[in-house]
Parts: sequence; structure tokens; C-alpha cells
Amino acid sequence: MRRRRALWFWVFVGPFAAGLALFTYVPLLWSVALSFFDAHNTVTPTHFVGLDNYTAMLRDDAFVGSLRTFLVFTAFIVPATYVFSLALALMVNRVRRARAFFRSVFFLPAACSYVVAALVWKMSIFNGVRFGLANTVLGWFGGDPVAWLSITDPPWYWLVIVTVRLWLQAGFYMILFLAGLQRIDPVLYEAAAVDGARPGWTVLRHITLPQLRATSVAVVLLLVINAFQAFDEFYNLLSDARGYPPYARPPLVYLYYTALGQGQNLGLGSAGAVILALVIAVVTVGQARWLRLGRTDADG
Amino acid sequence: MTMSRRALLAAGAGAGVGLLAACGSNTGRGGGGSGTELSQWYHQYGEAGTQQAVQRYAAAYHKARVTVQWRPGDYDQQTAAALLTDSGPDVFEVNGPTLDQIQGGQVVDLTEMLDGVKDDFNPAVLTPKTYDGRVWGIPQVIDMQMLYYRKSLLRDAGVQPPTTLDALVDAARKLSTSKVKGLFLGNDGGAGVLGGTPLHAAGLQLVTDDGEVGFDDPSAARTLGKLRQLYAGKSLLLGAPADWADPSAFIQGLTAMQWSGLWALPQIQQQLGDDFGVLPFPGDGRNGRPTVPVGAYGAAVSARGRHKEAAKEFVKWLWVERTDYQEDFALSYGFHIPARISLAKKATKLKNGPAADAVRFTTDHGYAQPLLWTPAAQTAYQDALSRIIRSGASPESELRGVVRKVSAELDRVKKVRNTKKSS
Repeated sequence: MRRRRALWFWVFVGPFAAGLALFTYVPLLWSVALSFFDAHNTVTPTHFVGLDNYTAMLRDDAFVGSLRTFLVFTAFIVPATYVFSLALALMVNRVRRARAFFRSVFFLPAACSYVVAALVWKMSIFNGVRFGLANTVLGWFGGDPVAWLSITDPPWYWLVIVTVRLWLQAGFYMILFLAGLQRIDPVLYEAAAVDGARPGWTVLRHITLPQLRATSVAVVLLLVINAFQAFDEFYNLLSDARGYPPYARPPLVYLYYTALGQGQNLGLGSAGAVILALVIAVVTVGQARWLRLGRTDADG
Repeated sequence: MTMSRRALLAAGAGAGVGLLAACGSNTGRGGGGSGTELSQWYHQYGEAGTQQAVQRYAAAYHKARVTVQWRPGDYDQQTAAALLTDSGPDVFEVNGPTLDQIQGGQVVDLTEMLDGVKDDFNPAVLTPKTYDGRVWGIPQVIDMQMLYYRKSLLRDAGVQPPTTLDALVDAARKLSTSKVKGLFLGNDGGAGVLGGTPLHAAGLQLVTDDGEVGFDDPSAARTLGKLRQLYAGKSLLLGAPADWADPSAFIQGLTAMQWSGLWALPQIQQQLGDDFGVLPFPGDGRNGRPTVPVGAYGAAVSARGRHKEAAKEFVKWLWVERTDYQEDFALSYGFHIPARISLAKKATKLKNGPAADAVRFTTDHGYAQPLLWTPAAQTAYQDALSRIIRSGASPESELRGVVRKVSAELDRVKKVRNTKKSS
């Protein structure tokens, strides 16, 4: 009986495990191996160069600049999305009627492709000519058209990047928070009311937020990882046929050009990918320890 | 009717095998069937009718069945990645090939294809496809870029067509109003499209004939600084819905002057009639000269293709022998200059008006990006240009960094060349 169950286990899990190994772990290990070789225009390791690719990448201003840019982006987008999606969840949770409708409306953008949303933002809302949506609104108030994605001073392109990401992902995190909110025992709120706690900020601070701690930790971790992996909207908003501007260049875009673009330096690109993976791992682990992920109150 | 788990598994496995077989039979590649099958890739052209034209040429070839793939998106990146695999194209057009692709053995030597006709190909575009005396891509057409200006807008503003960079900066400022900007160099302010053009306009080069950095000179910084003046003076159109390659902004009256390609000329002529003229990028400084960039997509054969000889034969047939198709491809959709000198000479569509000016600019002032200008050098230079134009970075210090990077790249490719020769 046990052998039979094991057989069925492998029948169902085997193909997926094989796919995971073949398409994820083998390329991953191959890429790590490649990072120690000179591999121009080839995925076959040829000339061993040791740590040269790593030192070259860490001395490359463009790559280090992209990492720096992304630390700033992460530091902004994570709290912004957290606050925005939590506010949405609190709002939808309080709605008495048509809650499912509002939940769906706010969640719907999560189903939209990042590429499509980026193009809508770029071509229709935030293009730089006078008939773009944002510039039309500015015009009503007497403002001159703004080239949102083309000027660096002030850096309006961040407004475009941040709003498209907020629009796309806030709904998803709102659903996570809603699930968390619905698991809070109403008795706690009733007890607080009896004790004289005023509804609003006090209740949010002393009951809702502590009760949402587990959800918050998961949300923040996911947000940090997603922020470092940002690619689609940056690439589609800012690239053109000739390349990508050096400002607001995410590490993944830079690695794409280095390894997969015409540069075709797969050894250097692999070293960059390993460095980026290590940065994400260190930030995530550090953050998990800081947020005491996986510990209960009893663990101290 | 119920189905046992075993029967369900068997049915699933059968369906899977069927699906795999169906996928495998539609690869567009040869092997096993009668006759050779070749896969040919093109990037997506903006001009209507081009796709149908290349499909017609492929269908007219009888020695092999040629499947045309029209590939939108990041074409250069797609081909670069595909050349690493066996499932890429047999024949493909390429904005190169790059030096790394040639040195990496990714493309096939096509020198023999040009036996007896090599002199008929324009050297400006054949030279960047030649390495160590061997030809690695057959130029299809010549593309060039130039400055379009709206005659009526210049006349109304009392501005003469600019013949120096200073005059261009001045004209762009005078032509800018609340509704119309003076000049459109692309949504990035010109950093991407201009490339080495301003350096050539200053009398310099990207890479010298003896393979050294060609712009380690104070005049380079001075000229690039003037591009910053255009940007800082708010004379540039930025954030247009269509970028520089598309003439929409110029036709719609969003800008009085636009940098674009010869391919856009028929569309502009159709919309504006005679109310436009063309100019080369104006020269700057004592050694300055007017300049226009020229380039050519070329037909190349992948070294990993299964039917290399058949692919070479097809390339020879289409891009060397069938001059009627070459002429049609160059002139029937957008305007391009035929890569064959004999065809260019008899092209009646290029004999009058702005088209004739464009051909003259190409002959008198054309420059092509040298083969030694690698993608890494290009990225470093373009990043610096972007920082100079958009962020007001110091041209001198930015160029110092670029010179260092480009020197290192030139050393690298020379080292590869020497290693290959000695082995």
C-alpha cells in the first residue's frame, strides 16, 4: 500500500519536479558556474577567470548605480503600497453594501499585465504633449505641459513609475489584508469599546495592526522581493529602440542588456545576477529577523 | 460512463504526445521532409506592405521552402539570443553583425557571395560588415537620418535653415512657442538617436582608422555641451506619443524641425506637400562639417543553422542576384537608398527634391558606425550623453570616463583578434 502511494506521489509530483529542476535549478547552477568564466556570445564556459566578473561588476558604476536606485525605490514603494493597500482594505471592510463589488473593482488591476498598464500610462496618461490626459488636466488649471518621462529635474518619471505599480499591485495586497481583517475576532473591538477606546486611530493602533502582524510581515516581504525584481514597467516606460536611460535603470534591465542584449557577455551578466540574488537574500533575511518572522510571542 | 484512473492517464499521455508532435511539426525548419526548409527573420518595418513584399520574395524562391518570420519588439536582442541556440533563424537581417558575433563564430562568412559584384555595393555600408577582409553580412538597403524642417514655420519666424550647430540652437529657440516646439530629437532629447553624429559634426570620429578612440579631444565636450543648451533652453519637444523614427510629431505640427530617417519622407511628402526641406546635422567649430549617419540592415546566415549552404544560396539569390526585388524593397514602401550603386543611380524616386538632397548628403557627408564600436562602448557613450543632455553633467568629465571605457573595449576586441590569429 505504501509503495503504491509512493508511486502515485511520483506520478503526480515527478513531472513538475523534473520541470522545476530542468528549467529552474539547472539554469541557475549553470549561471553560477558561468559567472566564473569568460563567456562572450556563448553559454558554454570557456576560459576560467575566477572572480574577475564579480570585481568588474562591482566596479561598474552603471550596475552599482542601478542597485542604489533600487534601494531608494524599495524604500519608497514598500511603505507606500503597504499604507495604500491597508487603507483600501480597511475601507472595503467597513462597507456594508456591495462589498464584493468594491473588492472586485480594486482587485481588477492586479489581473492587468504590467506591460499593458505601462503602455497605457506612457502613451495616454503621461505622454508629454498637450493632449495627454495628465497634461490636459494641468491645462485646465493653467499649467504648461510636462514631459513626464523625459525630464530628470524634477524627476517626474518616478511619479509615473510609482503610480502604475501602486495601481497594479495595491488590489492584490488589499485582498491579503482583507483576509487578515476578517480573521480578527469582533469580541476584541467590543471589549475595546467597553473599555472606552475611541474608534479610529486608537483601535487601529492597539487592536487592528497588532492582529494583522503576521499578514503585514508576509506583505512586506513580498513587496521587498517584488521591488527588487521590478523590470516590466521600468523597461516599457523608459526604454526605446536605442536603449535605456541611465537614471531609474533597475538592475534587471541592466543585466538584460549586459547578458541578453547585443553585449552578450553572459559571464558578466551571470555574476551580476548572483550579486543581485545575494542582495535580495541578505535584505530579505535581515528583514525577516528584524520582524521576528516565524517566532511566536512565547519564543521571546 | 465512468473512466478508470489508468484509462484517464493513458488518454492524457496520448493527448500529450499528440500535442508535442503537433508542436514539433510546425517549427518552420527542415529535416526529414522533402526539400530544404529555411527560416528567415526580419525586424518589424513601419512601412505598410513591406511584410507582404518579403513574403512574396520568399515564395518566389524554389530551391527551398522559406518561412518568413516578422518579429516585432526588441529585434536585435531577439536575434542575439537566438544565435546561441539551434532553434534560431537560418537567414536573418541584422543591424550588423556585431564584432562579437563575428569573433564568436555566430555568423557565416559570405565573402564568396559577392564575387564579381563587390564593387557595386556602397562601401560606406559594406565596410562595417567586413572584418579581416571577409564579408559577414550582405547590405540590403542604406538607411540614413537627417533633419526635416517645416519651411512655412521657419519663414514665419524669420529663421533661415541652420547650417551650423549654433544656428540650430538659435533656430530651435526662436521656433518654440506655447503650442509648437522648435526641434524633436527623440523623447530622450537626442541621447539615443544622435549617437556619434555630433562628434562627426565636430570633425571627430568614434574610432579612428587605426583602431584608437577618435574623440579624445576638447572639441567633443564643447559640441556635446551645445546639445545640453537645446534641452535646457526648452526648445526640444519631449514626451511625444511616437518617437523620432516616426514623423507623426512633425506632421501633426508639434515641432518645427525633426530628426528622422529617409524612410519617413514619403509620408511627410504626402501630408505636407512641398512645405518641408531636409538638412544634414550641421557642423560645429573650426574643423566641423555637416554630417549624416548611414547604416544598413544586412542579410546574415546563422552559423548554427542546419542548412548553411542552402541559406547562403538563398541570400545570394535574394540580395545579390534579384536586383528587381532589391529595388522594390528599397523604394516601393518607405524610401531607402538601394545598397547597390547601380540601382541607386537609376532610382527615379530619388532623383528630385528632398529625396535627391538626402542621397547627396549620404554621398557627401555620410558616416557609418565602425565595426569596432562595440555594444559596451555604445552603452557607455549613450549613458554619458544622456547625463550631459538631461542632467547637465559636465561633458569633460563624462567624456573622460567614456574614453577610458572605450579604450578598454578596443583593447579587448584586439586581444580576441590576436588570440584567434595565433591559434
